[in-house]
Amino acid sequence: MLFDALLLQLGYNATLVAIGATLLGVSAGITGTFLFLRKRALVSDAVSHATLPGVGIAFLVMVALGGDGRNLAGLLLGSAVSAGIGLWCLNWLTRNTRLAEDAAIGAVLSVFFGFGIVILTVIQTLGVGRQAGLEGFLLGSTAGMLWNDALVIAGGGAAALLLIVLMRRPMTMVAFDPEYAAARGISVSRIDMAMMGLVMAVTVVGLKIVGLILIVALLIIPAVTARFWTERSDLVVLLAGVAGGVAAYVGAALSASAPNLPTGPIIVLVSFALFALSLLFAPNRGVLAAVLRHIRFQRQVHLRQGLLAVAQEQLIYEPLTLRLLRRHGLLRADGVPTEKGRARAAKALRDEHRWALVRSDQSHEAAAAMYDGLRDIETVLTADQIREIDTLIGGPKEVSA
Amino acid sequence: MSGSEFVPLSLTPLLIGVFAAVACALPGNFLLLRRQALIGDAISHVVLPGIVVAFLLTGVIAAGPMMFGAAGAAVVAVVLIELIRRLGRIEPGAAMGVVFTTMFAGGVLLLEQTDTSSVHLDVEHALYGNLESLIWLDATGWASLVDPVALSYLPPELSRMALTLLGVLVFVTLFWRPLKISTFDEGFARTLGIRTNMLGLALVITAAIAAVAAFDAVGSIIVIAMFICPPAAARMMSNRLEGQVGWSVVFAVVSAVMGYVLAGYGPLWLGASDAVSAAGMIATVSGVLLAVAARFGPCRLRSGAPAGV
Repeated sequence: MLFDALLLQLGYNATLVAIGATLLGVSAGITGTFLFLRKRALVSDAVSHATLPGVGIAFLVMVALGGDGRNLAGLLLGSAVSAGIGLWCLNWLTRNTRLAEDAAIGAVLSVFFGFGIVILTVIQTLGVGRQAGLEGFLLGSTAGMLWNDALVIAGGGAAALLLIVLMRRPMTMVAFDPEYAAARGISVSRIDMAMMGLVMAVTVVGLKIVGLILIVALLIIPAVTARFWTERSDLVVLLAGVAGGVAAYVGAALSASAPNLPTGPIIVLVSFALFALSLLFAPNRGVLAAVLRHIRFQRQVHLRQGLLAVAQEQLIYEPLTLRLLRRHGLLRADGVPTEKGRARAAKALRDEHRWALVRSDQSHEAAAAMYDGLRDIETVLTADQIREIDTLIGGPKEVSA
Repeated sequence: MSGSEFVPLSLTPLLIGVFAAVACALPGNFLLLRRQALIGDAISHVVLPGIVVAFLLTGVIAAGPMMFGAAGAAVVAVVLIELIRRLGRIEPGAAMGVVFTTMFAGGVLLLEQTDTSSVHLDVEHALYGNLESLIWLDATGWASLVDPVALSYLPPELSRMALTLLGVLVFVTLFWRPLKISTFDEGFARTLGIRTNMLGLALVITAAIAAVAAFDAVGSIIVIAMFICPPAAARMMSNRLEGQVGWSVVFAVVSAVMGYVLAGYGPLWLGASDAVSAAGMIATVSGVLLAVAARFGPCRLRSGAPAGV
């Protein structure tokens, strides 16, 4: 069943939803990346909640004009307008009052959403009878998706992607260093506005599939996921698009494969699963990589200190050090160093002396800064330099009896 | 309007609304100043899975287990946010966004997967609340306020909300000085020996308790609005914390009362026959108050100087 769904074999509606969701996921992931890099991820929360009154008002207007009231394009237009007003309020509050951005986000989000609910109850009491679809915008409803709806979603998503391709460089610059961007003659406020406009477009397009509460997840989670895998911004953008697309596709397929699996939440959960995997297993930034790095570092320190102790004929009691020395064949079971152990220990002690000289010599300042107690001196100095230092240390001296 | 109509139908919802608004606005002041205003938003989203899990475990819709589940979910969310922030080195806003949307999605999924059609538990209810339904049918008029029999039939949400408000009040009064100091100057607070981490956690937990109690009675939308809008509006009115807290209480009460009245009677004045959502209306009124304060408040500018100087 799941394979059928993944291969788009589950009928017309499921295929339509899967394709639409994938397009949405890709454009949301890519748009969200810039938002995330700009450290304004939660602005999307305000934008998405601010769409609700627009949906309601658009419905009322269309009914008043004698129309169907459920025309998706009309509803989306209304939601875009009210999201735009919400965004404007958000910007006005942060710029012209002392409120911080998070307070402004919360204020816009709750007030617009509350007002939207008032309008929804008005629609209910009007008894128009066909308003059932409007609640679907809260959590998304893909069951009755039509070809036209899919076209609207595909068109919106494609337009957003095109705009991003055109504006990727200024947007990246603003995200990382707004002052520099301003110095280069880029209007930061205009780019910010464009970024928010894109977020708004993606939100509006995604209302039908995942609903206004969960579209935030599609904007934030893929970007955070992608950030784990690379340090290059263009790759983060691409990976976020892939992560969003995969999550949306798999989520849509999963939800089509069994009853009672609402599309929006499933997509979000799949997206979170990708995030969790990245958090744990990503190279370099992942938790597992960090743990491995820590263990490797710990072993290096213990081994080095153990060797120095062997060289100075001190007794070693620390169990981890003992275990490491034995495992490397440097120490016998009875605690006596092996031939190899003696050699490595002598080398370690000699390196320590070399380092001490390097660090006391002003002319080796740059090399001395690399000292951390673990680094091999050969990786810092050339063979010639080491030989020079060795002449300072000198050979073995006579020991007085 | 006569007492025989007002007391049974409107008095208790009005009081519950006011209590909920004030209980959320008080901790909201400190959250706002500490740049944690969106905690209320996050908590109100994650409460849903908590309630659903509590329902699945106990099989009943009862206030006790549901509040327990909601509080548990709030704690899980706070821990998860902190964990993701630390482990993944992600900025707090994004970490919050990841956690609360995922938990909310989980809640919706659980709700759809289980057969809750027989009980009154749905997403819309969680969002809007049902302030209008918290009526006191046993009251006959103002005299019922001193009638012990009628009083025993008061909706349980009223006493719960009043208790919560009392708890929040006690917390804020007891810890007023440390809260104030640590909010404005955390380093100084630490040198005074105030355990700022514990205090911050206690504040978030107090906020979560207020949110969960209010959520149960009035829905999540009021919770978010009351955490942020009255304190934000009050911030425009005063440069002193005492003034700000005072104003925020005033704004919260005004929003609750005006919102309730407008929702219940506004449509009637306009000639319509049915009331609109009181929760939504209260949030809307608080937003209007905020807009007015942001436009005309004496301390609305960032420098804190009175306007026009």
